[in-house]
Amino acid sequence: MARLDRPVSRRQSSWLLAAALASSLPLAAHMPLWLVIATGAAFAWRALLSWRQYRLPPRGLPPVMAIAGSIGVFIEYHTILGRTPGIALLLIFLGLKLLELRSARDAMAIVLLCFFLVLGQFLFSQTIPMALQAAFALIVTTAALLAANDDRPPIRAQLTRAGILLAQAVPLMLLLFLLFPRIEGPLWGLPEDRRSATSGLSDSMAPGSIAQVSQSDAVVFRALFKHPENIPPQAQLYWRGPVMPAFDGRVWRVTQTRAAYAAPPWPARGPATDYELTLEAHGKFWLFALELPALLPADSGLTADYQLLSRQPVRNRMRFEQRALLLASAGREEAPALLREALALPQGGNPRIRAVAEGWRRQHGNDTAAILVAAKEFFNRQLLIYTLNPPLLGKDSVDEFLFDSKRGFCEHFASAFTFALRAAGVPARVVAGYQGGEVNPLDGYLVVRQYDAHAWSEVWLAGQGWVRVDPTAIAAPSRINENVMAALPAGEPLPFLARNDLAWLRELRHRLDAVSNGWNQWVLGYNPQRQRDFLTRLGLDSPDWRSMIAVLAIFSGITLLALTFWILRSRQRSDPALLLWRRFARKLARCGIVWQPWQGPLDFASRAAEKLPGRAAEIREIAHDYAALRYAAKPHESSLLRLKTRIASFKP
Amino acid sequence: MSASLRSRAHARFVRWALRGKAPEAAPILLEQRRVYVLPTRAGMAFALTLAVIMLGAMNYNLSLGYALAFLLAGLGIVAILHSFRNLVQVSLRPGRCDPVFAGTPATFNLILENARNEQRTSLRLFVGDPDVACTPVEIDVPAQGFAVAALVLPSSRRGWYAFPRTTVETTWPLGWIRAWSYIAPDARCLVYPAPAPKAPPLPWHDESSHGAQRDGRGSDDFSGLRNHQAADPPRHVAWKAVARQEQGPLLTKLFAGSSAQELVFEWEATVALGDIEQRLSMLTRWLLDAEASGMRWGLRLPGTHLAPGHGSAHLAAGLAALALFDHGAS
Repeated sequence: MARLDRPVSRRQSSWLLAAALASSLPLAAHMPLWLVIATGAAFAWRALLSWRQYRLPPRGLPPVMAIAGSIGVFIEYHTILGRTPGIALLLIFLGLKLLELRSARDAMAIVLLCFFLVLGQFLFSQTIPMALQAAFALIVTTAALLAANDDRPPIRAQLTRAGILLAQAVPLMLLLFLLFPRIEGPLWGLPEDRRSATSGLSDSMAPGSIAQVSQSDAVVFRALFKHPENIPPQAQLYWRGPVMPAFDGRVWRVTQTRAAYAAPPWPARGPATDYELTLEAHGKFWLFALELPALLPADSGLTADYQLLSRQPVRNRMRFEQRALLLASAGREEAPALLREALALPQGGNPRIRAVAEGWRRQHGNDTAAILVAAKEFFNRQLLIYTLNPPLLGKDSVDEFLFDSKRGFCEHFASAFTFALRAAGVPARVVAGYQGGEVNPLDGYLVVRQYDAHAWSEVWLAGQGWVRVDPTAIAAPSRINENVMAALPAGEPLPFLARNDLAWLRELRHRLDAVSNGWNQWVLGYNPQRQRDFLTRLGLDSPDWRSMIAVLAIFSGITLLALTFWILRSRQRSDPALLLWRRFARKLARCGIVWQPWQGPLDFASRAAEKLPGRAAEIREIAHDYAALRYAAKPHESSLLRLKTRIASFKP
Repeated sequence: MSASLRSRAHARFVRWALRGKAPEAAPILLEQRRVYVLPTRAGMAFALTLAVIMLGAMNYNLSLGYALAFLLAGLGIVAILHSFRNLVQVSLRPGRCDPVFAGTPATFNLILENARNEQRTSLRLFVGDPDVACTPVEIDVPAQGFAVAALVLPSSRRGWYAFPRTTVETTWPLGWIRAWSYIAPDARCLVYPAPAPKAPPLPWHDESSHGAQRDGRGSDDFSGLRNHQAADPPRHVAWKAVARQEQGPLLTKLFAGSSAQELVFEWEATVALGDIEQRLSMLTRWLLDAEASGMRWGLRLPGTHLAPGHGSAHLAAGLAALALFDHGAS
């Protein structure tokens, strides 16, 4: 019945090859070279088979090659499970299926493989261009499926029909996309799929590490302020990230990795700024928040040194509401253990700055605020230069930076300043994060990119708690007040997007970023939470999966009805002559003269005339007119009108 | 065991689907209520694929994966509607069905009409009965037009051959969904008895040969040649034609003419053969030969009498009488 064993024509195999190409080409960049070559060879072989009408390879060959390919994948990835090996296997099967394309069954299998590969593309990228490419692949694959069922229409007609079918599927897709209850993955473990270390801040800071991060223009997060006129000035945009109190002479490290507070330990007083933050996946636990956060997002906590940590690593883009207390300070009553940690210095090393700090200590005693002022003055006097390319430093990195090279990036400043204060007996620590950001005038989002990475110091003053001090601001205030480009000397290699010398380019960039952000927020970021928000906005109180299913059922029902009506609407032949004739027949039927559909008009007329001899002439004329309209090669236009008046005036 | 159970269930479904109105009067309109839709095997495979894509999208939190799964689900739904639409509102009526001799295939013509402005693509017609060897017919019906599907079925017994219950189905456009309907049109094919393979001579010497006038044979209009038979007069042998070919049977010239002789075939004349079917076969052969030789012939069967005549209509009447001899109500 379903004839899955019918042979595949040459045209059909060409279509299937096109579908295979469209759905697998974007994957080539993510596959090992040997696999790309092998699959390409299988495709080329298929093309040759179709064009030259060669015989298919022997039946035994593809399974053998499939086993060989699977072994190859295993050697390459040491597993055949998981994301990339799975797609590699699918590609191999697709190539081999093309080589044993005999019946419609094989054609169906190829189409389904192509659908899988389109999904595979999304595992690597979900950008707008990727979505467009996937749409193209879907149209070609659907056209190939159409051709597999009926290969007579030409290419254009097949593509058009495929486009129409998919377009008709779009309303249902939108409904399901919006209303189908979403589940936050993963459903099972993701072996090997943990996001490979993306660039970004890490839990340690060595000289040069932040300079390296700032070579990227990837987006870290976007913030949308509730009141666009209340966006804090650039100099207050300190996005707090990992806090690093431990120093070994070269590298600063995070020590607190466990949440200590489930709510902010500081009073929610003073001016507040509300915003929504959309954090890109970075594979680490920490979240970024404008100092100091007044809210904790769901499933997160604050460590003892006030890092905002998520319970799960941020593997997907996440979005949370935030409120920042810009003037708040924390830790007025600080635990002695934390203060001790904030004073610890490695034994020996950096003697010159230690000596300077000793001097402050002698001069100001326990007046930590005065020591802080002295330290700031000292940094100012040293005429330090802010640069992305500082010279390499040796063992006494702080001394060499402060007294010899005097050139450094923010991590040098923060490291040296924190070190100096500790040497003077003031508790201090390094905080990494991002500083600043750029407001996209098109959608109002403040975009923070990797090149906004920054490090600063936090100093504990008795009675005030932890106070933020940014030593970079002392040497290069424009870094804080404007951005990194303004602060750096000309000619330093910055990421392309960080340069602000081309106005039109900035404009274009803003546009692209607004589009891409909209895509991220509404398409890619449509998660269970956004779905709930959306449904609440639709007027559904506390939507759960049951009410979602109910709403979905109602809307799908409506859509289906509309689609059914549209598809099944049959424009019945509304032939005016036939309508008139039927009216005539109804009139006669009242006198018991019934017209049968199989009766010709003239034949019927002669019968009717026999029964109604008084009207015979009229009946004959009407039948004659109708027959002429119906069967004459070129009926006159006025004859329809004449028939109409005749039938209207006819009274049996 | 399960196969027979399934076929029995299927037979019940068909009976229910046709709801005892077989044979149906023409034209048969395939309205919504009688068109059934179910996924094909390929459709099931697609549904499975869809489920796996959905799982993948959930597991990897792929928003576009969800979109893909939902779009494909929508495509599946749209495929249902299109397959259904491809079949629904087609109207069918039986067309010509020329009589055949038993044993030769009968061709039933079905006329499919499409009132819609779009073509109906790849409609397939076949006889569902597994005992009937019938190659499915696949046709397109043009927009606002009609197409004729010729179903060729083997005929075995003489008499009326009622058009068997037929399935009209389509899996167009995607092959995932099968829409189908059953029809039992009121059409029948007249099956003549198979002519006896060995042709005995025409029963000239029978006393019942009604006023046979051998000398009055029509010899004015030459009408054709046929293989020589023992009873043919030697002067009608086509010697010239025989001389032209190196070997082969003798050929007899046939003549038609108003002066051709008359012969009435009697049912009783074949009594020696015993079996009714054999006797009918014999008569069929004689009728064909008599018609071919151009003579006027008649036929007398119990309950039927055909006056001597000639021509295709006469032959058809004679053969029909033989086909329907003792054929019960029909």
